[in-house]
Amino acid sequence: MERIPILKIGDLLLVSIQVDLQDQTVMALEEDLAQKIVSSGARGVIIDITALDIVDSFIGRMLATIASISRVLDAETVVVGMRPAVAITLVELGLSLDGIKTALDVERGMRLLSGRR
Amino acid sequence: MTAQEQAIAGDADVVRVRQLVRTVAVAARLSLVDQTKLVTAASELARNTLIHGGGGSASVEQVTSAVKPGVRVVFRDKGPGIADIALALTDGYTSGSGMGLGLGGAKRLVDQFDIVSDPAEGTTITVVKWAR
Repeated sequence: MERIPILKIGDLLLVSIQVDLQDQTVMALEEDLAQKIVSSGARGVIIDITALDIVDSFIGRMLATIASISRVLDAETVVVGMRPAVAITLVELGLSLDGIKTALDVERGMRLLSGRR
Repeated sequence: MTAQEQAIAGDADVVRVRQLVRTVAVAARLSLVDQTKLVTAASELARNTLIHGGGGSASVEQVTSAVKPGVRVVFRDKGPGIADIALALTDGYTSGSGMGLGLGGAKRLVDQFDIVSDPAEGTTITVVKWAR
């Protein structure tokens, strides 16, 4: 099974999803990220979904779960790079991603997180 | 045009259904937003076929109405069927691992949506998205 790499930049973790997500890959990412937040003491997590051409309810739930887990572990999550067509589809699907912070790109996401520290 | 079949027996097949639907949607000249809606609906339904239907297949085909092209996707499984279709279409209803938006959400994303379900026969869900 593929695993998605988690990069550490200062006290941030960057996850850039570049593959077509299988459900098992998604579940592995939740666990890997929780581990990495604790082992690195990261204060923020950026999830880059620029390469994702869809976000369905399973992937949406994963984003919400990761945001909740990282909050409990004292880190903030920002989801960046959502494509316009994906945003339109998500809202129509009924997923509002409440409680998830978003930014247009990685740079803005980093700025959003660094403003909080 | 002939339909293309994709078996749904595992996680990786859900991804293959998405890719196949995307290819046919591009060929049918659906807009990017409509492609995205159809592929997202197909992802929800393929996962349902796998988890609730115990596996099955998706059949993807370009279709034409009087004036415009579209894409039809038919999901078939031999699972236990859906006991209460109206309930299953309700937002927030979930029996599995999703957010309870799978069936109702998928219905909102397509132009035509039809379910035939029977405990003896399994479930067949047909969706169509038309080009604008």
